Amino acid sequence: MNKIVNDFSITVGTKNGSGSSTANNTILRSIFKMGIPVSGKNLFPSNIQGLPTWYTIRVNKDGFIARKETSDIVIAINPDSFAKDLASVAPGGAFFYADDIRQPITRVDIAIYPMPIKAIVKADANIPADFRDLVGNMVYVGILAQMINIDMEAIRAALTFHFKGKQKPIDMNFNALKAGADWAAANLEKKDPFQLEKMNKTEGMIMADGNTAAAIGSVFGGIQFAAWYPITPASSLAEALNDYLPVLRKREDGKHTYAVIQAEDELAALGMAIGAGWSGLRSMTSTSGPGLSLMTEFAGLAYYAEVPVVVWDVQRIGPSTGLPTRTSQGDLTFTYTIGHGDSHSVILLPGDVYECFEFGWKSFDLAERLQTPVFVLSDLDMGMNQWISKPFQYPERPMDRGKVLWEKDLEELKGNWGRYLDKDGDAIPYRTIPGNKNPFSAYFTRGTGHDEYAKYTEDSDIYMKNMERLARKQQTAKQYVPAPVLHANKNATIGIIAYGSTENAIFEAQHQLETEHGIQSEFLRIRAVPFSKEVDAFIEKHDQIFVVEMNRDGQLQQILYIEYPQYAMKFKSVAYHDGLPAAAKWVREGILARYEKAGNGTQKKAAVKKTAAKAASKPKVKKAAVKKSAATSSPKGKSKSAVKSKRK
Amino acid sequence: MTETLPMAGAASNVNAVGLSKNDYRGAPSTLCQGCGHNSISNQIIAAMYEMSVMPEDVIKFSGIGCSSKSPTYFMNRSFGFNSLHGRMPSIATGALFGDARMKGIGVSGDGDSASIGMGQFKHAMRRNVNMVYIVENNGVYGLTKGQFSATAEKGLQLKKQGENPYMPVDICAEALISNATFVARSFAGNPKQVKEILKAAFAHKGIAVLDIISPCVTFNNQENAYHSYAWGKDHEEPLHEISYIAPRNEIMLEREMNEGEIREVSMHDGSVVILKNLEKGYDPTNRTLALQALEEARENNWLLTGLIYVNTSKPTLTDIYNLVDAPLNRLTQADLRPDRAMIDKVNALMF
Ligand SMILES: Cc1ncc(C[n+]2csc(CCOP(=O)(O)OP(=O)(O)O)c2C)c(N)n1
Ligand code: SF4
Ligand SMILES: [Mg+2]
Repeated sequence: MNKIVNDFSITVGTKNGSGSSTANNTILRSIFKMGIPVSGKNLFPSNIQGLPTWYTIRVNKDGFIARKETSDIVIAINPDSFAKDLASVAPGGAFFYADDIRQPITRVDIAIYPMPIKAIVKADANIPADFRDLVGNMVYVGILAQMINIDMEAIRAALTFHFKGKQKPIDMNFNALKAGADWAAANLEKKDPFQLEKMNKTEGMIMADGNTAAAIGSVFGGIQFAAWYPITPASSLAEALNDYLPVLRKREDGKHTYAVIQAEDELAALGMAIGAGWSGLRSMTSTSGPGLSLMTEFAGLAYYAEVPVVVWDVQRIGPSTGLPTRTSQGDLTFTYTIGHGDSHSVILLPGDVYECFEFGWKSFDLAERLQTPVFVLSDLDMGMNQWISKPFQYPERPMDRGKVLWEKDLEELKGNWGRYLDKDGDAIPYRTIPGNKNPFSAYFTRGTGHDEYAKYTEDSDIYMKNMERLARKQQTAKQYVPAPVLHANKNATIGIIAYGSTENAIFEAQHQLETEHGIQSEFLRIRAVPFSKEVDAFIEKHDQIFVVEMNRDGQLQQILYIEYPQYAMKFKSVAYHDGLPAAAKWVREGILARYEKAGNGTQKKAAVKKTAAKAASKPKVKKAAVKKSAATSSPKGKSKSAVKSKRK
Repeated sequence: MTETLPMAGAASNVNAVGLSKNDYRGAPSTLCQGCGHNSISNQIIAAMYEMSVMPEDVIKFSGIGCSSKSPTYFMNRSFGFNSLHGRMPSIATGALFGDARMKGIGVSGDGDSASIGMGQFKHAMRRNVNMVYIVENNGVYGLTKGQFSATAEKGLQLKKQGENPYMPVDICAEALISNATFVARSFAGNPKQVKEILKAAFAHKGIAVLDIISPCVTFNNQENAYHSYAWGKDHEEPLHEISYIAPRNEIMLEREMNEGEIREVSMHDGSVVILKNLEKGYDPTNRTLALQALEEARENNWLLTGLIYVNTSKPTLTDIYNLVDAPLNRLTQADLRPDRAMIDKVNALMF
């Protein structure tokens, strides 16, 4: 039989709340430990117990570890989703199922493996009866391990980590797993091609989820105050603060340099965070869409009164309660001008778990430097799933506390300062902080009209001048925000702009576009709004720019229209919103759909494999194509229906 | 730094920290003449001056409303935050973590606290935020021109609004139920009591709720309206005469009082609040009695004033957090960023 090594996907179908997450994480972590690039995505319903839930693992020796839309191996434990799970196995794939599920199996194009999980667990006298279901999950891990060659030492390492070195649960789970593996060795004949072999591609890497990374980054950023209200998928960020602060900021006197408050709602959460930011603390809140909606009035206050604060939005799909446990990039335009009246937000867009860490500390520097709320838009996929990451690196520069005047500074100024005076010409004023004992330090903060000395005024000229300064401050921000990441390609004929967690899917789509369609591309991953000059340059350079994102309306594209009206014709939206972690398929198909729509006859030629040199020799034709498409189709066009794909 | 300040008045007009009353004033009020809120601002100025509070040790807070404008009109030398409608409590909760040695004085309205901000109001109580929380209660929305507020009595007639069909919210009862540690009611038409209660409230550690009936002379001052001057004067039912004795003063007054009628409450800072009971032996440390008294007053249409409840044994919000002695907002990178070695430790904690 053909062997397929280190290049396949596994999907486990279980019931929510059945305790399978330990089992699934064990599979993921052991493959990582074997040095093979891997990702794991939990596709779960908004429910505590009972509804079907899936865990999909992607193994890929070349590092393409975005979620794969097809499943090569399916493990079916949940009778309720059995038929669906069976149907979802790709032709030539493998199907493992709990043999107490008695439902018809009609497929002949896949390998079928029944698993007597209950019998195996029952046979082990060491497993207490009420642990049988939980530990039973380990049996399927064992059977899978035996059949695809997961290394037993790697499994032990994963379990040791999971149970924090506690020998009893480690042994109990490992033994159940071993029993499964032994049973499979004795009773199952390998009929599918999927195999794992050790590599060394994850050496020196870590595995973590973005919410934990964000919390740890915030701790290294010197966080002093956080207020939050529970919401999926953001809760684990604040909970990680509660886990790591006591460890990382432990002091000999046992006292605390921080406070974390669970607020009564998101209004109060941001209110408290703004209060703390105003009184000089590195302060943040973390939430998701519905919470961000509640925060809008306060966001406007922080913008107008110029209070530093960091707001994490771990995005889930809306509108309204939407699909609460599904991922999305749907809050971008909302955040862009959040609050009533004119406003511009500073937004950070981490693209992976490492950047969740990095923006954890950088966001405080930015907020205090710019004296404005900084929004960090992560998403459920990044926030809650385990990703391979390079290790966290100590911040490369000291904390930037921004323009703060203490007693000594005021003495030197002889009390001569104005809270909203643009002394340096960069539109960023100086601030003082409560507790400053200088009698000239105090000022009165308000969301009503104010002059340069923070005095109440309704004077039109003063109002306009202040608002114009705030607009200039957004320009100043461009020099401080993280620059985009350019994945350059000299031979590129198209540009791709994206942000956030879609990067892996885009890499893979780029690869497919090049090898299967002869289209070479260059990819700019934006990491902040406002856009810095690198974004200007990229847009100027490319004629056809695909804007890839996970929402319905092409939100980044809308912002690009606003910021680059002169280049509006260049942008083509590849927007998709199925609520699942990004997959190369819709990225590729979306690009092809828009690319083909050019209707210049390149479609067929492009579909034929082309060398890079040939692709590069096509620019003239492409230019014409761009013009034509811009003239004949709306920016969003039909691409969305064209890329719709079936999912279970 | 105080020496460099221009001092108003003669040396004899300065208090124990060397400040004159002027040092406690704010910008001229832009509220209506005769508005109860103005008289409360004046009593805040007097109380702070008499207590020799350093203005730099106080943070002023407010929400939105005529009442919430007041912090502009007292204590210019204190930091202030005029926040959003109903959201003063959350801003104060966060801000007071900056320097936990500071005390908050918040001014809110009945619309601000009993309607839009009811949730935050009650959560500030249960957290025991270290601030004086004044509700300038006029039974109407002043700033939006005379709509009913949630404290307006059932049956109140207002010009454009007709008759109020709903039962009122009782600020003191809500505060008590939410575990406030200091609850008092007063009447802007009784400035002496307002001032003494303010002093006691300021000396209290934790949240001190003052429901001060503060007539809106423009929109709700008819003779028979509960929140009018006339009704207040006629129906005020003080629980006791209240006086506040500063920590280091010799407590002379005490001796002159008739023992049986006196109740003392000692505050954390060593000051004493003396309650001279007018009728029954009211015990403001008994929560059940306090609720009973409020209920009795409601049944009898009394405007019950005085210190209704006090509990000096509860930790404040910032106490609960066991913070370092230095103000959090004076900490630097050395205190806040873990050592370089910790990054390896963290990476080792990941898989
Ligand atoms: C979110 C929001 N809704 C409504 C308003 C309009 N508004 C301003 S003040 C006010 C009522 C103020 O009443 P109260 O708190 O009793 O203060 P008063 O003016 O009576 O002192 C309202 C509804 C607002 N500022 N913000
Ligand atoms: S409208 Fe009423 S509450 Fe407002 S300032 Fe005038 S009297 Fe005071
Ligand atoms: Mg009112």
